[in-house]
Amino acid sequence: MAKIKLAKSKIDTLVDICKSFDNDGAELINVLHKAQETFGYLPAEVQEIIARELNVSVAHVYGVVTFYSFFSMVPKGEFPISICMGTACYVRGAEKVLEEFKRLLDVPVGETTEDGKFSISCLRCVGACGLAPVVTIGERVYGRVAAGDVADIIKEYQS
Amino acid sequence: MVLVWRNVSLMRLAFSKEDLKMEKMIKLTIDNKQIEVPQGTTIFEAAKQLGIEIPTLCYMHLGDMGIEHKPGGCRICVVEVEGRRNLAPSCNSKCEEGMVIHTHNMRVLNARKTVMELMLSDHPFDCLVCAKSGNCDLQTMAHQFGVRELHYKGEQSTYKVDYSPSIIRDMDKCIMCRRCETMCNDVQTVGALSAVNRGFESVVAPAFEMDLEKSTCTYCGQCVAVCPTGALTEKDHTNQLIRDLADPKKTVVVQTAPAVRAALGEEFGMEAGTLVTGKMVSALRQLGFDKVFDTDFAADLTIMEEGTELLDRLKRHLDGDKDVKLPILTSCCPGWVNFFEHHFPEMKEIPSTARSPQQMFGPIAKNYLAKQMGIKREDMIVVSIMPCLAKKYECQRDEFKVDGDPDVNYSISTRELANLIKQANMDLSIMADEDFDNPLGESTGAGVIFGATGGVIEAAARTAYEVYTGKTLEKVDFNALRGMDGIRSATVDFDGLPINIGIAHGLGNARKLLEDIRDGKSEYHAIEIMACPGGCIGGGGQPLHHGDSSVLKKRAAALYREDEGKAIRKSHENPYIIKLYEEFLGKPCSELSHKLLHTHYFDKSKDIEIE
Repeated sequence: MAKIKLAKSKIDTLVDICKSFDNDGAELINVLHKAQETFGYLPAEVQEIIARELNVSVAHVYGVVTFYSFFSMVPKGEFPISICMGTACYVRGAEKVLEEFKRLLDVPVGETTEDGKFSISCLRCVGACGLAPVVTIGERVYGRVAAGDVADIIKEYQS
Repeated sequence: MVLVWRNVSLMRLAFSKEDLKMEKMIKLTIDNKQIEVPQGTTIFEAAKQLGIEIPTLCYMHLGDMGIEHKPGGCRICVVEVEGRRNLAPSCNSKCEEGMVIHTHNMRVLNARKTVMELMLSDHPFDCLVCAKSGNCDLQTMAHQFGVRELHYKGEQSTYKVDYSPSIIRDMDKCIMCRRCETMCNDVQTVGALSAVNRGFESVVAPAFEMDLEKSTCTYCGQCVAVCPTGALTEKDHTNQLIRDLADPKKTVVVQTAPAVRAALGEEFGMEAGTLVTGKMVSALRQLGFDKVFDTDFAADLTIMEEGTELLDRLKRHLDGDKDVKLPILTSCCPGWVNFFEHHFPEMKEIPSTARSPQQMFGPIAKNYLAKQMGIKREDMIVVSIMPCLAKKYECQRDEFKVDGDPDVNYSISTRELANLIKQANMDLSIMADEDFDNPLGESTGAGVIFGATGGVIEAAARTAYEVYTGKTLEKVDFNALRGMDGIRSATVDFDGLPINIGIAHGLGNARKLLEDIRDGKSEYHAIEIMACPGGCIGGGGQPLHHGDSSVLKKRAAALYREDEGKAIRKSHENPYIIKLYEEFLGKPCSELSHKLLHTHYFDKSKDIEIE
């Protein structure tokens, strides 16, 4: 195992999460979900510990983490922005909205602004196609967003 | 162009015996030929029985080793099943009663060609200078399918090339067949490689996409041995060798591993299992080596050291010494050494401290032979010809250097040697037989069989028996120790003392024996482990078997043939070994032996860095 740099309490939490899934390698995705829910993201150290506890290779854990876009290896921003790229939102211009967020925040999809405030991610359908295109920031949902609205939305969180 | 099936992951390790258990028979027609096969047989295998070789780039079935990989990912093996809308991948579609199958009608040929063109659309076109050129399945098939122009031009992969001491990874040439993953994870249980990322970005890589050198990779090279493209190749030392051979100030001596002589001929069109010992010596001499020696000599030396250590541990154990750790594990295989250093570091005191034959040869050449020849250590270059890629890493380990000068300067693989011989305008098949030079070229039958699974422990048993009992062995052949089963065991009678011997080849099998030792369940006194399936004859540096595992059996048989033909078949009877101890080392496991011929192991599990 690598030089683990996590705090002891966090390691214990992870060990408990793995134990709650019977340390079963087949439960890897569920364990990763729970771990991300707890830590906000899945840094290398977390993946190392999960691999050790589930008795699977770290390469395999990393393979799964990088395959599913839901999993992230970088911490999410204080205000995580998600742009829906589902079919309805997409045809109604979600891509332009996304481009505008990227341009104004100067950060690519999947990453977090330097001040740690915002992160951008894409998701597939939040089940509010009538409001397309949809953007969520934290728990809040914005409907019928146009590229021109983006600057004002960001301003709400910048005070 | 994104290949949508890149992430299809349906890998399994199956044992062919399971498939044969099916009783019900199925009748079907393939290319107008009738065939009856047991239920569960794939279309691919059924066609094979009819002599129809359906092309594939991902499917792999090494029957004797129990290794099967059929992800249905490359889509090259598609066939038409009458009545079905889509073409079926024959490698993972099972035969059904009454099926009518076409493996080469126009629809199939067109589909196959299109799939190939899509694969080539993001492949770097450096075939002329690619290390795999001429031995590349992708290249061969593109030619076979008559691909003469590419209709698709898309984004090109640009992934960093990863250079390790043994293996080079160039993922731009990867077609995501994922054979390497099956070898690394299922067969070897090393877990260094996994498919990571998705879609066009997906590659096979170590955790966190770190370099192989920083991963848990053991350099066994089994991934290289099955890669159908130039994505995984060996670090090539040929040019270094050519430079050294041309340097008049250097005395270049070579040692050749046992398994090389049983496989080198294949690269020159000879039948698998043809022994080319004499021709190889002849070729090496013509290449300009000053001395042509045999690693088999060092294998005999290994037996003297390892056998003595075994008997010492055994006697102390029988005398009730609680500090003695048994079983003793062989330590000839550098892939295996890397494996336990990474995965079982808590057990690093159990393997024999004896260095591998390659690393015993080095210090004897540079400390004993150099003196005899009247040359300085730094003017001697020791090169090894190995069936192995881990040997390249092994000779670079710090503990095998004196003031920065390696005991063995570098190692080249059987494949590299074959290329070098061709480069020097020689045809091995028509060369005359010549003998090795002395003193480090004389070996016994025991040294020769080191190249096959079970060989090291058989060689050790021959010597240990006679030393322990003081009697002469009536029968030198220990047939119970031979064979291709992944894990074997036998009890050898040392004149009333039963010695339990275990053998594993393939690191996945080794893991099972190690777990038993860790859990206190092992009843073996001695265990031989070789990292590669089949032992060194199936090493990662050998001529590619292209999925034909019968090649490995033929190579093993060749080594046993050479053993049988030897006048001396027990290491301790090698006259030059006896002389080496008289003149130089004193006795086995002497102080000097310990300094030059033994080593210690490291806990590599802490070496993994996170970046």
